[in-house]
This record gives sequence, C-alpha cells and structure tokens, in this order.
Amino acid sequence: MINIYEVTETNQMISQENLDVRTITLGISLMDCIDSDLNKLNENIYNKITSIAKDLVSTGQAIEHEFGIPIVNKRISVTPISLIGAAACKTSEDFVTIAKTLDRAAHTVGVNFIGGYSALVSKAMTKSEELLIRSIPQALAETERVCSSVNVGSTKTGINMDAVKLCGEIIKDTAEATKDRDSLGCAKLVIFCNAPDDNPFMAGAFLGVTEGDAVINVGVSGPGVVKHAIEQVRGQGFEELCETIKKTAFKITRVGQLVAGEASKRMNIPFGIIDLSLAPTPAIGDSIAEILEEIGLERVGAPGTTAALAMLNDQVKKGGVMASSYVGGLSGAFIPVSEDQGMIDAVTVGALSLEKLEAMTCVCSVGLDMIAIPGKTKATTISGIIADEMAIGMVNQKTTAVRLIPVIGKDVGEIAEFGGLLGYAPIIPVNEFDCSAFVNRKGRIPAPIHSFKN
Amino acid sequence: MKKCIITVVGKDTVGIIAKVCTYLADNSINILDISQTIVQGYFNMMMITDMSATEKEFGTVFEELEAIGEEIGVTIRCQRAEIFEKMHRL
Repeated sequence: MINIYEVTETNQMISQENLDVRTITLGISLMDCIDSDLNKLNENIYNKITSIAKDLVSTGQAIEHEFGIPIVNKRISVTPISLIGAAACKTSEDFVTIAKTLDRAAHTVGVNFIGGYSALVSKAMTKSEELLIRSIPQALAETERVCSSVNVGSTKTGINMDAVKLCGEIIKDTAEATKDRDSLGCAKLVIFCNAPDDNPFMAGAFLGVTEGDAVINVGVSGPGVVKHAIEQVRGQGFEELCETIKKTAFKITRVGQLVAGEASKRMNIPFGIIDLSLAPTPAIGDSIAEILEEIGLERVGAPGTTAALAMLNDQVKKGGVMASSYVGGLSGAFIPVSEDQGMIDAVTVGALSLEKLEAMTCVCSVGLDMIAIPGKTKATTISGIIADEMAIGMVNQKTTAVRLIPVIGKDVGEIAEFGGLLGYAPIIPVNEFDCSAFVNRKGRIPAPIHSFKN
Repeated sequence: MKKCIITVVGKDTVGIIAKVCTYLADNSINILDISQTIVQGYFNMMMITDMSATEKEFGTVFEELEAIGEEIGVTIRCQRAEIFEKMHRL
C-alpha cells in the first residue's frame, strides 16, 4: 500500500517543484468539413470543433480537481488548414476567414490555443499552400488564439528553399503586423523540419493526415522536479546522475499517462501519445537552464552545455518510455529562451549566443525557440537561420524548428515582453553578414544520402 | 472501491484528527489506514479512505475538506489514490 513518504513526495513535487501536466491537446480531423463553398466550410469547421471539444475544458478541470494535479493548458489541434481550405479558398483573405473561425471556436470551447493553421510543404508548395502561408501575417494579427506552422523540410524530401525564403519574409511581415505588441504574432508561428503529426505542444501542434477523427495527446512537464531530484546527487558520478533523471522522468510521465487515460475514458476519444518533453515556464524553479546549471555549468552556454543537454534529453526519454507505451510528439527538453528564466538570465549576462543555441538544438527537441532578435534583421538573414536549423533536422533525422521574433523597433540590449507563459526575452545579436545570394537560389536542397534506406 | 488519499499538513493542534474523522463518518467515508508523523514541528497525516459509500460528489467532498482545513488552520488535500499508485508502483 502507498505510504506517507510517497504521498508527501508526490505532493511536494506538485506544490513546490511545479509538477504539472502542461497540456491536454485534443486533435480534431477537419477532413469531413471540406466544402468548395467558403461559408459552408467555415460553418462545418465551427460546428465540428465546438461539438467534439465541448467538454474538453470541464473534463480537464474535473481531472485536475480529483487527482490534485494542475493541468495548465487545454488545447486543440486540427488538420492543416492548407488542405482543408484548398477547395474553397481562392485568395489569402479567404484563408483568414478560416483563421477567424478557428479563433471563434477556441473562444467558445474555452481553450487558450488552437493549432493547425499550417501548411506541409517539405518538397513543394501547391497554390493553396502558398496562399495560406501568405495569409499568416494577417491571420495571426487578427486572431488571438490561432497558432500557425509551416513544415519546410524533411529527411526524406530535403529542404524546400523556396518555402524557406518565403517564410523569412512571412516572419518579418508577421512581426510588422503585430509591432504594437512587441511582434507577438511571431510567437505563434513555427517553421519545422520533420514536423510530427501528433505534437501536443504549441505553437507547432497540428493533427497530421495519418491520424484518426479525434485523438487525445498529452504533454507532461516538470523541470523543477528534475532539478530538485538531481540536487540530491550533487558531486556524484554520471551513473548516479543519469539514474536519478531517469527515475524522475518515469514518475512524471506516469502522471501524464494517468491523466491521458482518464481524459480519453471520460471524453470517449482515443488516447494517442504522451509527449515526454520537459517544458519550462518563466516561473522560478521551472527551468531547463537551472537543471543544466545544477549538472555543473556556471551558466547555460558555457562549454559543456551541449553535452549536458544531450545527456539530459536522453535520460528523460529512457525514463519516459518505460512509463508509457505510446510516446510521441517532440519528446525531449525544450530550450525556449523567453519561457525559461535561466535562459533569459544567460542571454542577459552574455553566456548564451544564438550560435550556441543552434548547437544545442542538435541534441534536444526542438529548435531555436522563442528567441527575440533585432527588428531590423533582414528577411533573407531569417531565412538563412531557418535553413541552418532545417539542415540540422534533415541530416540528423530529427524534428527541428524555428520560432524567432524579430521585434520591430527594438535592438540588442532591449527587452521584448510577450506576457503570461510566453514570458519576456532580451534581444540577442544576430550575425549580420549577408546570405541573400544563397537564400535567393530557386528550388530545394536534395534529401541527404542516408535517407535512402529502402 | 473508490480509494482516496487525504493528507493533512500544518501546525500541530488539538482535535485535527477528530474533526476530519467526524466529517468522514458523517459522510459514510470509510478509513482504511491512517499514518502520521511530526516533521520539524509540522503535523503530517495521511489517510487512505474508501469513498464508494458516500452520496456526495468527489468535488464536493474535496471542497468541504479544504474548508475544514482552513477553519482549523491546516492544509487538507484529498486526491484519488491512482496518482500515487501510478507514480510509485510499477
């Protein structure tokens, strides 16, 4: 039988170490909403989302209450809208009407984000996919809760450099369109390589076309719990350190598995996957950077950071896969800058640069995340950064992503404020040497040799 | 059986257990096990209970226990046992 020490340990994780379930994300397929009439399409989308997701928030709250575990976010992901709107949308403005419908549905059911305003263009773009991508700045400026993503590369297809070039411009335009809010629109836009179909985390969540009609995916969290656990093995060898991280990841994931199972049962919607990612928040003690510092770095960004992160990520996965039979999504350690107090501090004191962050993304999920850069950064430079990050994903057969915020009107040394879970970020310097001749070449980078496994 | 774990944490004072047990008895909640310790002057108690006989909703019991805690100056939480079993048992 459970003893008092185990109960105390669990409750201390929840009350003092910020253990929570970061998100229950309900994936909803919109395939059966497709219609060539735009009004009918919008009506179908609204009706389907609001009927399937009507109990999502109340179910989440009931589970929170009964088990005493906070579930921070309840969210929805949908089929990429470039596919759903292809028959009805003739202009970018037509696509924006769908974004507004998604926003309205999100408000009605009470979720804080809805993802899937997306296009998957890793090899080439169809006309409708290009229209959707071009509509992103307006869609993100005129909606509150809609999140957008574009998959521009994969290990199997290579990198669509035309889309990379376009996305650089789109990020810049999105920043302009939301410049009165420190270019907040860019915080809701992710550019991917090897985007997963079942990711529950925003802003990159969408429901892939390989998925069923509705599915529940859960993202766990718990950087604070890992940090507290490894404080107990300070000064000991790597074996003890790894063992401690694995055990902790197991415990955290089991809570996620419990919540996912309950939500699935109560809503009568199949359970998909648990995403094992350690997701930080701006709260003190809920930071990936603090874990890395506890492992033995003075600041994140110091030599050794990449190795420490690689080890952390691997141990989290090893502990997590034992706790759930279905693990998916991104599953690793997130290293967003603005959402992690330790990362913010490291950038502020000059310990952490964009280049070091890029190196770190080789060994973690997911990528260059929530990084504020000077508003004057050229679109082609942003495309160059995207291309670098996509190449890391393509060659290493992993998911990588870019969520950069060129903060219009601000420069290095200033602070961008996004608010809430999105946090704030000091603006980081960007290498200003030109890459436009590279970015302006047409076509795509071929798939790497090791993708030919057939 | 609907197993729930009730935990009480706070400054030790007269009548904590009595108050909680009275509430449980009034609401047909059976106590399966009680353990308690004093850690650094703080009263720490855990009860394993069975809630299958009570007519009240889970949510109501949780809230009423919380309210009793506030009244006597301790923190009372009531959680379904699965969260602990899942986390600590293979």
